[in-house]
Amino acid sequence: MEGRKLRNMFGPQARSQAEEGRNTMSQAGPVTETSNQAGEAALARRAKTIETKEVNLYYGAFQAVEGVSMTIEPNKVTALIGSSGCGKTTFLRSLNRMHELTPGATVKGDIELDGEDIYGAAVDPVAVRRLIGMVFQQPNPFPTMSIYDNVAAGLHFNSGKISKSEKDAIVEKSLRGAHLWDEVKDRLDRPGSSLSGGQQQRLCIARATAVSPEVLLMDEPCSALDPVATLAIEDLIGELKKEYTIAIVTHNMQQAARASDNTAFFNLEESGKPGRLIEIGPTQEIFTKPKQQATEDYVSGRFG
Amino acid sequence: MAHFDTTTNAGQLLAAASGGRRRRGDRIFSNAAVVAAVTILALLAGVAVFLVTEGFPALTASASELPAHESFISYVAPLAFGTCLAGVLAMIIAVPLAVAVALFITHIAPPRIAMTLGYLVDLLAAIPSIIYGLWGIFVLGPAMVPVMKWLEAKLGFLPIFEGPASITGRTMLVVGLVLAVMILPIVSAVAREVFSQTPRKLQEGAQALGATRWETIRTTVLPFGKSSVISGAMLGLGRALGETMAVAIILSVSGGVTFNLISQANPSTIAANVALNFPESSGLTINLLIATGLVLFAITLVTNFIARLIIARSDVQ
Amino acid sequence: MTPPADNAAALSTRSVLAGEGGRGGTLPGWAPYGAFLGALVFCAAVEAALGWFTIALMLAFGALVAIVAIYTWSRAVEGRRRAKDRAVTMAIASALGLSMAPLISVLYEVVKRGVQGLSWEFFTSDARGAVTGGGAEHAIVGTLVITGCAVVISVPIGIMAAIYMNEYGRGPLRRALTFFVDVMTGIPSIVAGLFAYALFELFLGPGIQMGIMGSIALSVLMIPIVIRSSEEVLKIVPNHLREAAYALGTPKWKTIVKVVLPTAFAGLVTGVMLATARIIGETAPLLVTTGVVSSLNANPFQGRMQNLAVYAYNEYRSPGVMKQASYDRAWAAALTLIAIVMILNVIARLVYRRYKTEIR
Repeated sequence: MEGRKLRNMFGPQARSQAEEGRNTMSQAGPVTETSNQAGEAALARRAKTIETKEVNLYYGAFQAVEGVSMTIEPNKVTALIGSSGCGKTTFLRSLNRMHELTPGATVKGDIELDGEDIYGAAVDPVAVRRLIGMVFQQPNPFPTMSIYDNVAAGLHFNSGKISKSEKDAIVEKSLRGAHLWDEVKDRLDRPGSSLSGGQQQRLCIARATAVSPEVLLMDEPCSALDPVATLAIEDLIGELKKEYTIAIVTHNMQQAARASDNTAFFNLEESGKPGRLIEIGPTQEIFTKPKQQATEDYVSGRFG
Repeated sequence: MAHFDTTTNAGQLLAAASGGRRRRGDRIFSNAAVVAAVTILALLAGVAVFLVTEGFPALTASASELPAHESFISYVAPLAFGTCLAGVLAMIIAVPLAVAVALFITHIAPPRIAMTLGYLVDLLAAIPSIIYGLWGIFVLGPAMVPVMKWLEAKLGFLPIFEGPASITGRTMLVVGLVLAVMILPIVSAVAREVFSQTPRKLQEGAQALGATRWETIRTTVLPFGKSSVISGAMLGLGRALGETMAVAIILSVSGGVTFNLISQANPSTIAANVALNFPESSGLTINLLIATGLVLFAITLVTNFIARLIIARSDVQ
Repeated sequence: MTPPADNAAALSTRSVLAGEGGRGGTLPGWAPYGAFLGALVFCAAVEAALGWFTIALMLAFGALVAIVAIYTWSRAVEGRRRAKDRAVTMAIASALGLSMAPLISVLYEVVKRGVQGLSWEFFTSDARGAVTGGGAEHAIVGTLVITGCAVVISVPIGIMAAIYMNEYGRGPLRRALTFFVDVMTGIPSIVAGLFAYALFELFLGPGIQMGIMGSIALSVLMIPIVIRSSEEVLKIVPNHLREAAYALGTPKWKTIVKVVLPTAFAGLVTGVMLATARIIGETAPLLVTTGVVSSLNANPFQGRMQNLAVYAYNEYRSPGVMKQASYDRAWAAALTLIAIVMILNVIARLVYRRYKTEIR
């Protein structure tokens, strides 16, 4: 029943518009060279909103996160900040249904992607993860695969029936989008693990975008990288938000201040208690005139 | 639908349609995995069930029906005794050597040599048992004859060296030695594993007090590894109890229960007895042999179980 | 040495360094080796004088004498504690030597005696109708067929069971399975053979002996080994690789097949090869199930099949008219077996080194 309603809402019209956008993109070549208004609009339309209502997350009997209600806006970067252990990563992982992979982990509350409940009874978690991608703290390219195969991994895993030329096009586009193409275009068949840390992380980003998700979740993507690589990734995030909705967990307040449009501050009352969302708002506001005292204390460095 | 999977249509992708296809793949694969796991359990149950089924006639037959005209118990008792004697003898010889070898590899030898030595010791386990049997009867047996003569001469008052010393070397003592060589790598591997995991800070504590290497080992490594070594010894014992070919070839059998290690008259072991008699047996004799196999299975089960129990209890501590 | 009487501190330090009774010196670096050599020479001399000289005895007594020698020497120079340390080290080294001696002896004897039985005939003809002479071709083929079938049966079951335990299993069921696999590793080989025999007897009647029965018996022994080693290897594959695949929207089974298994590939292959090397030399279960036969039979489902291990045993047990020739053939079969085992071991390690995935 739900499926039919969805198919009607996002019927042929929406599909053909997305197709048009893609055709425009592949004809136009590298994204940065041609700015096609219709193309950009189509790209932007890919990004979707995530809404959470009263989300509670458990590991067995232990409650890790309590009552989080927030909106992650499309084409914007939302940073999740807060001290260690306050549930930011747990919350992030619930957005693409990775939280439930831990044995005994459960989710209560509503999480909706563009109005659709991603935890619905008829919903396949694997499909959710196709739409909501994730980049991890430690770069984790598949060690048995080449750079090319790493980027194309998502395509292989899902459809497998895609022509070589289409695959080549998607790999190149993803690597360009991750600002990695020029560095690796001559050695696409080298193993993924032969790159430096920063390059590996960009490879993981390319891999995540190759399957055309609508949202990109990033769990402290720069914490294992040196400052130069970190800056490169932050620039990249600024570009990526044109196409995707981005939520990024970060320990680094300066990074949140630099790279995000909105910021959500999580905190714990004391260890053993669940983490809660204290405040969310435009980054500018959170850092200069926050509404909650706890937020003020955190951003001015009084704790954490 | 070539581009099906790359459209951005949230509704289509979230719908059960694509989920159904994936769920089928997942289901097939996980079912296959479950079947494999169940096969293991079935195999194990099967071993027990089939042995009992085929051995049953011998267990219930009266003494007059059985080949040797003795009851099952009196048939299997000396065999069980021989099995345990050989196994325990092997364990007594192997364990101190295995511990010494493990200590040398983990604490005395420089790292490069240690790796080679470990490989060599493991090589002992790779040699097929038939070869140990041939080696035992053609090489070690004859070489041990003068030793056994000397033992009879000097220590003959002990029941284990009563003699008369065999002139072919086909004795329980030689069997014990060969089995010891066969189980040495097993016990040594377990000991190496646990010795190398002795916490650094324990050892450094002893060294900081000015202990010599042996004193450090004696006070930290050995106590730490005690239960693992015992467990390893039991594993080795289990292996020795089940060993067939080496015993079948080497041992000169004449049936009786005796502790005499250097004579011609030895009890056989259950496994060797089966190997020696099965090829020419038929009818109830086969059932009898299978029943003895069941007894052996039970003995090794108990031994291995005790080994795991020791490890489990030490973990709890 | 007369220490200065007024310097009490130096006195006690010196005596501590003198190690409880020694003179406060240290033995030269070559001391242990010197002691050992000296002991050997001493024992050799004694044996020569007494008239019974054997190398083994010289080494054995030499070790004992060396231990005593190094203890007394060190005690005098370095003190009691150090002396004990050195003596124990010498004892441990002797134990090592004692343990290596059988390895050297076995390998030496197998090669020396086995070479005498090797010949062109050994590899190319079977023993049918041969009264003197005859070869082991049927045994070699039989070993390959029986072991091959065992591998075909064991590997899919073993690896899938390991996948189940590592990727799907939860809590109590997984613990139970681990326990049962442990129990299976303890099954004596003869019992596995009896099981296979009993299994076929129940369905096909008594007295049946077939190659495939031997393969089944070997599988009972091989499966737990494959499961154990595969499980270890699968555990090493880091979880973050699985998560990366899940995050791309990959179903679980594809994650296992396309990420976990390829990453663990080298380890899995090595484990299978080592397991094969372990069971290829098993005699007891085959004695019971595949029987003894002198002609070539390559069909595992029809009639008895000879194999190298049982062949060697049989040549020893029932030698032909020319005893020594039979014994020679037995040793030659043993040599062939060991060669196959060693080759498998070496290939397994090479495969591992070449195809191992470095996970950073």
